This record gives sequence, structure tokens and C-alpha cells, in this order.
Amino acid sequence: MSATTAAATTDVAAAAGSPSTSSTTPPRRRSHLRKRLELLILIGPATVLFVAFVFLPLIAAGYYSLFDWNGFGPLVDFVGLDNYTKALGDPLFQGAIGHNLFIVVASLVVQLPLSIALALLLNGKIRGRTALRLLVFTPYVLSEAVTAVIWLSLLQPHGVVDGLLEGAGLGGLVQLWLADQNVVMFTLFAVITWKYIGFGIILFLAGLQGVPDELREAASIDGASGWQTTRLIVLPLLGPTIRIWIFLSIIGSLQLFDLVWIMTLGGPGGASTTMASYLIDRGFRRYEFGFGSAVAIILFVICFVFALFYQRFALRRDTQGAITGRVE
Amino acid sequence: MTATTVSPASRRFTSMTPVRYLAALLIVGVTVAPLLFVILGGFRTNAQINSDPAGLPSPWVFTNYANILGSESFWRFLGNSALVSVSSTAVAVDLGSMAAFALSRYQFRGREAIYSMFTVGLLFPLGVAILPVYLLLRQLHLLESWVGVALPQAAFALPVTIIILRPFMAAIPTEIEDAAVVDGATRLGFFWRILLPLSRPALVTVSVLAFITSWNGYLLPLLVFNNPANFTLPLGVATFQSQYSQDTASILAFTALSIVPALVFFIFAERHIVGGLTGSVKG
Repeated sequence: MSATTAAATTDVAAAAGSPSTSSTTPPRRRSHLRKRLELLILIGPATVLFVAFVFLPLIAAGYYSLFDWNGFGPLVDFVGLDNYTKALGDPLFQGAIGHNLFIVVASLVVQLPLSIALALLLNGKIRGRTALRLLVFTPYVLSEAVTAVIWLSLLQPHGVVDGLLEGAGLGGLVQLWLADQNVVMFTLFAVITWKYIGFGIILFLAGLQGVPDELREAASIDGASGWQTTRLIVLPLLGPTIRIWIFLSIIGSLQLFDLVWIMTLGGPGGASTTMASYLIDRGFRRYEFGFGSAVAIILFVICFVFALFYQRFALRRDTQGAITGRVE
Repeated sequence: MTATTVSPASRRFTSMTPVRYLAALLIVGVTVAPLLFVILGGFRTNAQINSDPAGLPSPWVFTNYANILGSESFWRFLGNSALVSVSSTAVAVDLGSMAAFALSRYQFRGREAIYSMFTVGLLFPLGVAILPVYLLLRQLHLLESWVGVALPQAAFALPVTIIILRPFMAAIPTEIEDAAVVDGATRLGFFWRILLPLSRPALVTVSVLAFITSWNGYLLPLLVFNNPANFTLPLGVATFQSQYSQDTASILAFTALSIVPALVFFIFAERHIVGGLTGSVKG
């Protein structure tokens, strides 16, 4: 279309005062039909893909969850909310929720302060900083599958970890890392920390780049101690980064699957079952598709409610334009 | 206060230096030691590993690595992973950038609703939708097919792609678009010839994120593939581990080799990963 027609349509649209747009929208440059077509070409494919593989499956899961169904044949055995009450009443699933919450809380209590502290220590001039960043970040890019296999090897009875502890005269600390019901969650948490701590450090290092040196210098000229400067100036300015880390960490902890599935299959005796591993176990190993769908919906509701509240109350100011999506 | 040329702040930092190097050393040690164990363990025999798990290779044995590099399955897993990840990334970035363009530079009714629909996708994992997705793939005869993994992965990569691209595209000044229109460009022409090239940094970031997510994916390949000939690398490694659980040396060699592509890619892409993750925070 030529520029002149574009200008002309603008006038027409303005004159017609089209009903679908408010007075604040900029004048249109294209005919209505053409714009429709362009939008269809641009958004259509992504929407179809997304609806087919993300949105509809979610709705379908909600529907299946009301049936007793093995994934084959017609959905006839309507059971209402039975699957939900059964799942929520199952001690194994209650345990799974507990294990996810354990990872959520442990991450907040251990990983958050640890990665901030390490980022503060590593911030500033240090020899080999680039190499250091690269090394620290390495475990994060490994797949959870590879991470699981690595640590399965390290944690074997009489394996490397046991050998090192004995070598250090700490043989008494040796445990059945993955086979002891009282130990396995702590072991998994340690592996998770190994894999994800570098991500936190890098994120906070990036956040610290946004804290001007002048502020810290001014504070210390005013007589603030190092700890006071950190607590009163650096940490508040890190606020947005901390809040996004907490968000990612909690969502990740609620979804924990690959690592658990490969390292323990949720065992021993359900001691490391997570919501997702419980879901896959019931759905794909026992073909309880209706029941598994109910578990999926519970998992979704937990993630969604958390995300909604968190975005409403904590993330709001940080992410305007990014997640809340205001443009212009 | 004593007058010195060194400001209090920098003096404090200098005094912290040994602590800082110690911390750096500790982190590097904890991060790297397990990886070193895996790589070095691949150069040992099972007898060596059993008698001294944490020891060094003596003598160095190359058969473990040679066997795996000579086996068909490792290369097959690698090829499958590449095929799945490249196609999933291509689909996610192509469709995502088109949608982000429309969602950032067109005014239309329902825009925010569509955008919200995509952002909700960010909030739940593949696991939540996996049962129906599996049934859908079965119906489409996409089980045992790389397409059956790549398509859902692309769909789940759309939210983050669009969330990063939209503000980036929205920030490109309207004057540039007006100038293009005056020069006779259509809106799609502007998208293709001007906006996409200008969005290159953001496009690289979303590509890297989509690629890594797909490359590391485990759940979907686990459910879609039963035939080992179709396995991707993460699934292959995990299966190898459970099949040859007595042959630690081979497992370590296999694992070490499977880390290599990820590391090479990561060294080139590190900046974009960090940039993307923090960029999506700051919008």
C-alpha cells in the first residue's frame, strides 16, 4: 500500500470516529480489513500453538479430573470431585506437598542469604572475575538429568563423598544419602543448591551493578559501617532482584521433578515424592489419567494462586511493562 | 578521622580482599570438583574407582571415552537433541516474535487479554498439562516423533519469548516506523526489514533461553519416546545410568561427554542468558 492511501485512510478513520477505538488511540494507517488480516497472520500461529498445547490441555485436565479414567476409551465414569478428595486425603500426596514446601522454605532460608552474601563478596575488583562468573554459572546450564546422574555417582555408598568425609576424619557423618528416609530430602536439597546457587549469585551480581558506588562511598563517609551500608542501602536497592529470585525459586521448587525422578523415583518409601513425581507416577505408571489430572489441577492451583498473590503484592512495582504488560 | 588519600570505602574493600578470594576459591572448588570427578573418572577403570573413589587416574585409561565416542547411540542422542532443540527454538522464536510485534505495535480490542493468556503460561509447568498433551500427541500420532517433543516445548517457550520481546519492540520509537511508512514500507515490511534487525539482541536472548530449556528437557522426551533410537541426550544419559549402574567408569565418561555440548554452547551464550534473565526482570 502506498503512503498516500495510508494518509487518506487515517483521515477517513478519524472522520468516521470508529466505535471500536477510544479517542486516545493513535490514528489508524490501514484499512480495517487489512489490519485484521495482518493481525491474524501475526498472532494466529502462536495462539493456535499455545492454545493447542498449553491452554486446552489445562482445560482438558480439569475435565478429565472429574472422571475415573485410564486414558483409553470414552469418559463415562463420572466421579465428581472424588479424585480431589482422594488425592488430598492420600498421606503420600500430603507428604509430597510437604516435600515441595520443604524445598521452598529451605531455598529461602539457605540459598537466598547465601547467594546474596557470595554476590556481595564477589562484587568488585577481583582477579579472574570473568572466569569465576563462568565457572559459578556452569551447573545452572547442565540439565537436571545430567546433574542427577553426576550426583548419583558421587553419592554412591563408599563413593566419592563418603571417601572424602572419611579422609577428612568425618567418617561419622557418612549417611545412606539417598536410601535413608530421614536424610534423602536434605541430600536432594544440597544437590539443588549446588545446581542453582550460581544462578542466584549471577542474578545478584547483575543487580549489584545497578547500585552506584557513589551511594556506598557517601554512606561510609557519613560514618556508616560496612554492615550498615549493606543493610540500609545495598539490600533495599537489590529489592527487585530479591523479589524476582524468590518468585523463580518458589515456582521452581513447586515443580521439582527431573532430579527426583532420576535420583530416587520419589523413594525410599515415598520419602522424597514431590507433587510432580506423584502426578507422573499415578498418570503414566498406573494409567490413572483422571486421578492424575486432579493432581495436576491441584498443582496448577497452588502455583497460580501463589503467583497471583505474589505478583499482586510483591512484584507489582518491579515488573510493570514486563509482566503486567503496560506498553507505551 | 585520619586524612588519607584512600577513601574509607575502598580501604574497607581492600581489607576484605583475602576473604573475598577465599570465598571465590571455595565456590569454584564446590562447583568444579564434582565436574572434575566426572571427567577424570571417565579416564579410570572401575577397579580404580572402587578402590579409591576420589583418586586420580593411574594409569590413564582411554577406553571408556573411546567406546562411547565409537558407539552409535551417543551420536544418535546428540543428533536427536540437536534436531528437537533447533526446531523447537525456531518455532518458538518465529511465532513468538510475530505475536510480540502485533501485541506491541498494534492497537486492537482483546490485545491485553491475549497477552495475559500468554503470560499465564509462565506460571505453570509442563507437568500440569502433561497428561492431556500426551493424549493429544497420541491422537496426532506424534509419539516416538521428534515433532511431538519440539512442538509442545515451543508452545511452552512462547510466554517467556513474548514477555521479553514485547517491551523491547514497544520501546523502538514510533518515528522509525513513521519514516518507514513514508518511504513506502507496509507494516509487515517494517516488521521484517526494520523491526526484526533492530530487535536482534532480544531475539538472541530468547533463542538462547528457548534452546537451553529444550536441550535440557527431560519430562517430555521421557514420555514421548520409548524407542532408544529416538532418545535425546538427557534421557539417554539417565537411561544409560540405570542400565549400566555397575559400570561407573562408563557412566562417568558418558556423562562427561554429554556435558561438552552444553558447556561449549554456554561459553558463547553466557552473556545472553544472564542478560535475558535480568532483562526480563527489569523489562
